[in-house]
Amino acid sequence: MSKLKLIIKREFTAKVRNKSFIVMTFLSPLLMVGIGFLVFFLSKKNNEKVKNIVYVDHSGFFSKEDFKDRKTVKYEDYSSLTIDEAKKKVQDDGFYGMIYIPKQDSLELIASSVEFYSASSPGVGTIESIEKKIENRLRKKKLGTLGIDLQDLKSSEFNASIKLNNFSGEKSSKMSSWIKIGAGAISGYFLMMFVIIYGTSVMRSVIEEKTSRIIEVIVSSVKPFQLMLGKIIGNASAGLLQFFIWGIIIFILSTVASSVFGVDLVEAQTSKLGPEQLEALKQSASGSEQLFRELQKLPLGLMFVLFIFYFLGGYFLYSSVFAAVGAAVDNETDTQQFMLPIMLPLILGVYIGFATVINAPHGPISTIFSIIPLTSPIVMLMRVPFGVPWYEIAISMALLLISFVFMVWFAAKIYRVGILMYGKKPTYKDLYKWLKYKG
Amino acid sequence: MGNLLEINNVVKTYGDFTALNNVSIHIPKGSVFGLLGPNGAGKTSLIRIINQITMADSGSIILDGEELNPKHIEDIGYMPEERGLYKSMKVGEQAMYLAQLKGLSKKEAKDRLHYWFEKFDILAWWNKKIEELSKGMAQKVQFIVTVMHQPKLLIFDEPFSGFDPINAQLIAKEILQLRDEGATIIFSTHRMESVEEMCDDIALIDKSNKILEGNLEDIKRQFRTHTFQIGLETAKAKEVEAKLKERFDVSPADFKLLNEGLKLNVKLKNGSSANELLSFLTSQGQVQHFVELVPDANDIFIQAVNKNS
Repeated sequence: MSKLKLIIKREFTAKVRNKSFIVMTFLSPLLMVGIGFLVFFLSKKNNEKVKNIVYVDHSGFFSKEDFKDRKTVKYEDYSSLTIDEAKKKVQDDGFYGMIYIPKQDSLELIASSVEFYSASSPGVGTIESIEKKIENRLRKKKLGTLGIDLQDLKSSEFNASIKLNNFSGEKSSKMSSWIKIGAGAISGYFLMMFVIIYGTSVMRSVIEEKTSRIIEVIVSSVKPFQLMLGKIIGNASAGLLQFFIWGIIIFILSTVASSVFGVDLVEAQTSKLGPEQLEALKQSASGSEQLFRELQKLPLGLMFVLFIFYFLGGYFLYSSVFAAVGAAVDNETDTQQFMLPIMLPLILGVYIGFATVINAPHGPISTIFSIIPLTSPIVMLMRVPFGVPWYEIAISMALLLISFVFMVWFAAKIYRVGILMYGKKPTYKDLYKWLKYKG
Repeated sequence: MGNLLEINNVVKTYGDFTALNNVSIHIPKGSVFGLLGPNGAGKTSLIRIINQITMADSGSIILDGEELNPKHIEDIGYMPEERGLYKSMKVGEQAMYLAQLKGLSKKEAKDRLHYWFEKFDILAWWNKKIEELSKGMAQKVQFIVTVMHQPKLLIFDEPFSGFDPINAQLIAKEILQLRDEGATIIFSTHRMESVEEMCDDIALIDKSNKILEGNLEDIKRQFRTHTFQIGLETAKAKEVEAKLKERFDVSPADFKLLNEGLKLNVKLKNGSSANELLSFLTSQGQVQHFVELVPDANDIFIQAVNKNS
């Protein structure tokens, strides 16, 4: 077995056997899904408590028709009482709240004079749904006085949806823009996290070798460059394995979860729906169909290939710097001063991506930053779903490759000297000096 | 016998600092070679160059007749002064890894390691982590991983530090046995008594320069001062001392003697011999003590370094 392979294997096993790796790999998807469900469950429980609300309608326009009982809200008609009587009764009987609709001269005045009384402030959702009910009834009344038929009005409503075309004839829609932003943002953000987590892990492993002093034994058998490369590749493999396991676990968990809770959930909702709501549901179903169609329209193959490329390119570029930093210092606390310059371009990449790509994926700023090697892995990934000209991708990839080679060479020089230096915390000036050392 | 390692005019600088200034050292095959020098003299720099951890700026290094090249990594075993192993890795796995990095196949590595682990009676540690072992135990493992690939050249930097006297003795015995089996050993240390005990040849480096090199006995002869420590039982001590002073350099000496008498260090002058001194002494009284003061490695070290500064 070649020495590089041996090193990769050792780094990989050392990383994978580490307790924190095992815990992270198997626990974090469980935690993620678990917390998701916990939040869902709690919010459901939170809403499950039935609210009993009283309405006092003195306008005479409203009826039980407008205030239908729902699973979590029940309405009672106290319109025969005066407001003061109603208030007292509501308080004595422990109702959640009371809607008061006064008698007014015009529908407009009614709209602005409805009041809600309750012991504690009601949720926004509750108030909005009551407002909707009142608006609906008032609209129907108004249409009636104007002599307009409700069906006519419905048929006069249009839902404009602009189809986006580019000149080569590809079609897309506003929804697809959101999907593209989402896909780009997720991959860009993911890449940054991966680079930071695994870059730091490379750095720690270098520091460990240095503090345990095994480094001198190792470099008497292999070239420092081989060791550094083996370390970077070994850690990357462990990272890919982790993602792979996460993917599988999340897939299994979400399948299990949706088959246990999901079906039950949909049934619970649809059984209570009226015909209008069912219609709306149908529309949203066609919405998710559309989402699926849009997803398929994305350049998925290209996105995947580029994701892998930029993923590896970005990771190698940064982790070699992390390795050099690890070699330069004796312990982790000394790494602080060198961390900022590493993190800065990564964070900049994500911010630039979020700030500019969303509004103008092909604007000058996003274009420039998707070509500069330190930010290109993140920004270009965010742009790719919007369709980037091939020559821009080519330039960006070429620059990334060149700077990756340069950076590894540069880092290896610092690494080679640093791993054998103990004691003083190096300054940037020292690092510069190390670069000039021969052999 | 030829030289296993020839270091010719090696120069190494770090920035403005010269670590090795035109150093040439020849190490005979099958010898234990003491590489001596004060702290910071340049020993470690030289050892790192031999190990190809760093490269010389100029000069050449010939190992067994060939210019030093990456292939030679497998011919060298190196135990650095600062010992180190992966703390959280198991002893056996770690030794296997290091053995394979030195070019052994998996099977070879396993066989050799078993041989050494049995020899040192530490097979039971195979599945222990280094962090569970004591310092001395870890040192043994370190020694094994240094020698297991049967290199032509072994470099030990302070091999006895961290060992108790019993284990130090064990390691010294192993090192000498490896020499007898044909290995050449470079032995870097500050402990001069172990130099006396182990080394056939030595080189002394001070302030980046080699200031002394050769066979230890030859060097001792070079540093010989022809001084004898004498003890004489005589009634006329004052008179004898005065007579000695006419012919030799005399200084008082202090050592244990069974019967009280004249105790002196006598240094021969040019042209005079030990026999002359002895025959004079026998004519003056009963000779109790007559020993040449041969410089030991420690004296040589101190003298040479002081002279250099």
